[in-house]
Amino acid sequence: MLQIENLHATVADRPILKGLSLTINAGEVHAIMGPNGAGKSTLSYVLGGRPGYEVTGGSVTLEGQDLLEMDPHERAAAGLFLGFQYPVEIPGVSNVQFLREALNSQRKSRGQEPLSGGEFLKLAKDKAALLKLDMDMLKRHVNVGFSGGEKKRAEMVQMGILDPKLAILDETDSGLDIDALRVVGQGINAIMRAPDKAVLLITHYQRLLEYVRPDYVHILSQGRIVKTGGPELAQALEREGYDAVMAPENANA
Amino acid sequence: MPEAGALPTRKDEAWRYAAVEALQGVPLDDWRTITVARGDAMRECVVVEDRADGAEGTVLHRLRVTVREGARCELFAVIAAELYARVEIEVTLGRGAHFEFGGVTVGGRDTVREFVTRVVHAEPEATSNQTVRSVHWGQGTGNFLGTIEVARHAQKTDAAQSFKGLLLEKGASVNAVPQLEIFADDVKCAHGATVGQLDEQARFYMAARGLSPEVARRLLVQAFIGDAFVALDDESERERLMRVALDKLDRHL
Repeated sequence: MLQIENLHATVADRPILKGLSLTINAGEVHAIMGPNGAGKSTLSYVLGGRPGYEVTGGSVTLEGQDLLEMDPHERAAAGLFLGFQYPVEIPGVSNVQFLREALNSQRKSRGQEPLSGGEFLKLAKDKAALLKLDMDMLKRHVNVGFSGGEKKRAEMVQMGILDPKLAILDETDSGLDIDALRVVGQGINAIMRAPDKAVLLITHYQRLLEYVRPDYVHILSQGRIVKTGGPELAQALEREGYDAVMAPENANA
Repeated sequence: MPEAGALPTRKDEAWRYAAVEALQGVPLDDWRTITVARGDAMRECVVVEDRADGAEGTVLHRLRVTVREGARCELFAVIAAELYARVEIEVTLGRGAHFEFGGVTVGGRDTVREFVTRVVHAEPEATSNQTVRSVHWGQGTGNFLGTIEVARHAQKTDAAQSFKGLLLEKGASVNAVPQLEIFADDVKCAHGATVGQLDEQARFYMAARGLSPEVARRLLVQAFIGDAFVALDDESERERLMRVALDKLDRHL
């Protein structure tokens, strides 16, 4: 599904990613954890194509297509969904209008017919119910006046509507209370747990991983993946902290 | 006021950003006068759009409105055509009267499009609300010169004025000249002016959901100028004014 090889990237001429390699196969859920400043958010923005994040080496393919050659909106149409750590407010544009335009833009570029207003509303209603988000929220302007938790649930409703192949979720768990965390976790499973889909969770904490159990856990440090394991690695991190878990690697460095 | 026969110059405050060289041969004393009788309400939409024959030059609309006691006047306007277009409105408000104004200018090349308003709160308890949005590109210029005068005995006046400019390209400009002359002491007069560019964060967020840069830009501009017509209660008129403005933008893209 996603193949990252020896990826190097800079932000404002500062090297952040320094030779990151990662392969995610269809049907898998991966988690990336790491201390502040390791490059976690940079990775998600580089994969999403955010302006200002410059790739200086390496390659990334999504289902064999060169991801780095595509514009951000083409990446979305190719099946990539980027869940934002800080979802952006767009005053004056309703969620319904935004998501219908987004979905139909994606469908158009894939050669599919656009959804009618009625079909779209039904889809939106289903996905909002899945995330326990009041349908009235979707009639409001994008993320405007939403609480932190509502923004994150709205992100997952967007994901449900857009139905991507690969979701990269950047700290989707931050700002969620315990109940909302469970709802969001269950939503991710319902939308993305499928043999032909994959998820990359970027998180600081183990707790989301109790709901969305990863197949692989990676530790990102100083722009590279320094350790890979199963869910037990996340538990060890939670228990012992990055310094202790990474000590053997650091000793060999 | 310039003397009859003499063209105004940019030294005249009300013509400071005007394309005064484009006034040659244009009748300047062609004021249309409107009186809204006591307790009545009137609404008018002024649209400066492309002429059928494709010609362009200078267009002036000059309105002098008297709004009698308890009456209401609503004006909405779009300036989306002509090399130089100016809509100038002088309003005198009686006791408890209301004046509502929403205006949009859009334009590129080296066009100049402007609103000039003078709202006179001549009697107590009148209210006025003005919202102007300007979107320009190329070397285009949009101006809003808005004067509010509150007479000495016009207590409980409530006047508001909001201007926002959106510059899509380097080289475009907007000018806002709010001018308040207040001689009463128990009044509310609010005014605000901002100039900015399209929100880069919002553009990337929209791209990450699959919207092309053109569609994202249209949605953001639509939301931006929509402010000016929030108070326009007639949906088909609102759509007509929005369409005139957005079509001009689309042809630029």
